[in-house]
Amino acid sequence: MYEDNPGYNISEVLSNPYDPALSKKLYDPKKPMANRITDIGPPHYEQFFPPVIKKNYGKWKSHEIVEPGILKYTSETGDVCYVVRCGSPRLITTDLIREIADIADKYGEGFVRWTTRNNIEFNVDSEEKMRALVDDLKGRKHPGGSYKFPIGGTGACVTNIVHTQGWVHCHTPATDASGVVKAVMDELFDYFTSQKLPAQVRIALACCLNMCGAVHCSDIAILGVHRKPPFVEDDRISGVCEIPLAVAACPLGAIKPATVELDGKKIKTVRVKEERCMFCGNCYTMCPAMPLADGEGDGIAILVGGKISNRISAPKFSKLVIPFLPNEPPRWPTVVNAVKNILETYASDANKYERVGEWAERIGWERFFEKCDIPFTDKSMDDYRLAYDTYHTTTQFKWSVHTDNL
Amino acid sequence: MADVKKHDTPMVDDLKSGPWPSFVDDIEQKGLAGKQACLDLLGQLELSFKHKETHWKHGGIVGVFGYGGGVIGRYSDVPDKFPSIAHFHTMRVNQPASKFYSSAFLRKLCDIWDYRGSGMTNFHGSTGDMVLLGTTTDQLEPTFYDLTYQMSCDLGGSGSNLRTPSCCVGKARCEWSCLDTQQICYDLTQEYQDELHRPAFPYKFKFKVSGCPNDCVAAIARSCCSIIGTWKDDIRIDQEAVKAYVGGELKPNAGAHSGRDWGAFDLQKEVIDLCPTGCMYMYGDELKINNRECTRCMHCINVMPEALRPGTDTGATILCGAKAPILEGAQMSTLAIPFIRMEPPFDEFKDFVDKIWDWWMEEGKNRERFGELIQRESIQEFLRRAELKPIPQMVKEPRSNPYVFWSAEEVPGGWERDIKEFRARHAA
Repeated sequence: MYEDNPGYNISEVLSNPYDPALSKKLYDPKKPMANRITDIGPPHYEQFFPPVIKKNYGKWKSHEIVEPGILKYTSETGDVCYVVRCGSPRLITTDLIREIADIADKYGEGFVRWTTRNNIEFNVDSEEKMRALVDDLKGRKHPGGSYKFPIGGTGACVTNIVHTQGWVHCHTPATDASGVVKAVMDELFDYFTSQKLPAQVRIALACCLNMCGAVHCSDIAILGVHRKPPFVEDDRISGVCEIPLAVAACPLGAIKPATVELDGKKIKTVRVKEERCMFCGNCYTMCPAMPLADGEGDGIAILVGGKISNRISAPKFSKLVIPFLPNEPPRWPTVVNAVKNILETYASDANKYERVGEWAERIGWERFFEKCDIPFTDKSMDDYRLAYDTYHTTTQFKWSVHTDNL
Repeated sequence: MADVKKHDTPMVDDLKSGPWPSFVDDIEQKGLAGKQACLDLLGQLELSFKHKETHWKHGGIVGVFGYGGGVIGRYSDVPDKFPSIAHFHTMRVNQPASKFYSSAFLRKLCDIWDYRGSGMTNFHGSTGDMVLLGTTTDQLEPTFYDLTYQMSCDLGGSGSNLRTPSCCVGKARCEWSCLDTQQICYDLTQEYQDELHRPAFPYKFKFKVSGCPNDCVAAIARSCCSIIGTWKDDIRIDQEAVKAYVGGELKPNAGAHSGRDWGAFDLQKEVIDLCPTGCMYMYGDELKINNRECTRCMHCINVMPEALRPGTDTGATILCGAKAPILEGAQMSTLAIPFIRMEPPFDEFKDFVDKIWDWWMEEGKNRERFGELIQRESIQEFLRRAELKPIPQMVKEPRSNPYVFWSAEEVPGGWERDIKEFRARHAA
């Protein structure tokens, strides 16, 4: 029913080489609607399916993980599809994408796929092609020695970290993203290329509370946090934002309209009740004259035990277990060690198939803090909306280091 | 070497070592090949590493004519030091469903972006778009014309509009998918082009489509309307394959635990005892499932993919209202429609979408997510507006307080009463 859409069959437009001069002939700033194509949406997906995928659409019967990073799908038709999964830093250049296109041409009949977690997947239709591809990928390295296409990210592993933009390209971050991810994945690399954990461990990073990376349901979440209230630039605020919107931005009502005298003139601005600020940064999102980034104040919180899948237990939110760790570029050693400690404590203690959150709930959170040797503070106790639901209202608890000296 | 200037970036350079792919090496090589913007980007990142603060300014409204989204303005706050990234806007390009590509497509996209922009991308943004990072205002319209004319591509969503829908790999390469996830994703994207490009909502709205309850696109955690595949009939069982797992000929969980010796596979311990509803049992040497009690969590199917498969009477469960913490706290999607057929043209589903959008556009406050509206106005109001019947599947447990909002129509005689009659029975 979408056959008329130009994106339904793009083989013709793709067969023509890119013409940088074309837009100049079509676009006229004086008549901006002239020659404008709009609302065509994305190209139709089916034309990007490799032949084995197209032929067996809806006919797949089962799959197995041949070795870490390599999956084999079997169809009811008897066809097989091998998938080689590679990590990527997500932030990639067109040169790397061209290299991926070349690899796709050489082994994957000209097709390639990306996963939701920013892994690259090459689909090939025979074991022979798969082996040749794997050998090729293993040899491709960056000048500094890192793998361009590390193979892994399947089964009971740490797969790629989904993350946000950080200092590379965002205006509200409390930490970097790509740098922290590189530091963490270098340290956990062995867990990406193997399958020795009790279950899959999903790590995610968001560089501020906006959570473009949706880290709130991850096994281990690395979250950028601010700890200083916003500035108020009295001389700028009324020029760059509407004061009622800045006031309304605060979920705790800590921002009030105010009038102050500046250079003998009365001007409208706002004042922040600082002791009520929870550093969410929503005011800065709404008003550029209320920045709150601060090299000393900003850092990282660690949350654990979330999950998305409905497998065995219902999806869960991640819980805040470490309220603050400092930003330590370029390698963030304290954060890296904290993540690795939680991962390895879990790996040595959890049952097969048990996710981090299921493990923590089974042993009890008091035992989680004890086993991971993480100090428990009042900052892990909820005091926001619906907080009461998280309080313990039973005499059933475990004795742990927290009660041993009573 | 091209005529470019590399900045002194000792801290950033430290991220070239180690096994994980170095974004620094990739960007630097691109820069040294002639893209000054790439080297300036690393230079500014070094400054952020030093100050531990971002050096991107807040906002800046830019876009292409007639659209209210798809382009995000970005300006450096140290443009004198890094002039080639002084303006460094983002364009979100709507990805093909489930992110399969041809090499010809990728190369042409690269041709455009090498010519028009920095050569930097996010493949992909969290929502799913191909994100082209870094160009100047004057290149936005030409890039848009290049994308539409020479790629048959369109921009994705940003701001208070429908965000680019996304989906899992679905039936293209997964035996568990109960939905044609790509078809649903593509159809909704095309149907709602106006909503995607021209912001008319209180805030962002997201659709995500997962083929089964494993939920590989995290629909339940991050979409206002989560479409998740499920089935109504019985799990398909191949008893011979069950025996093969028990006998050790097949690897449990498709070999996902190959890196550690967990001992011989124990069907009782690893499947039957872990089933959250206890609906499985052995009868002789046959595995039996009481499907009426099954909640379709996928565990047994995940562990024994050769032996167990979802049923064939398939459709979707629709849940609504997920979001990250900003502003009222994180929410997961709440069950709205337990089962709906998802076949083109998806009229029943779109009818539901119309109803909830009408409500949200009438009642939603500025920057109030759909899930926050449900919280503020109540799930009862949500059900009324969506014309859905309350069922026990929508709650974990019934309420424990008695504060019911009865309406006058529900009470015999209504609420109109005469105080004199009342006082005739009861002295004041």
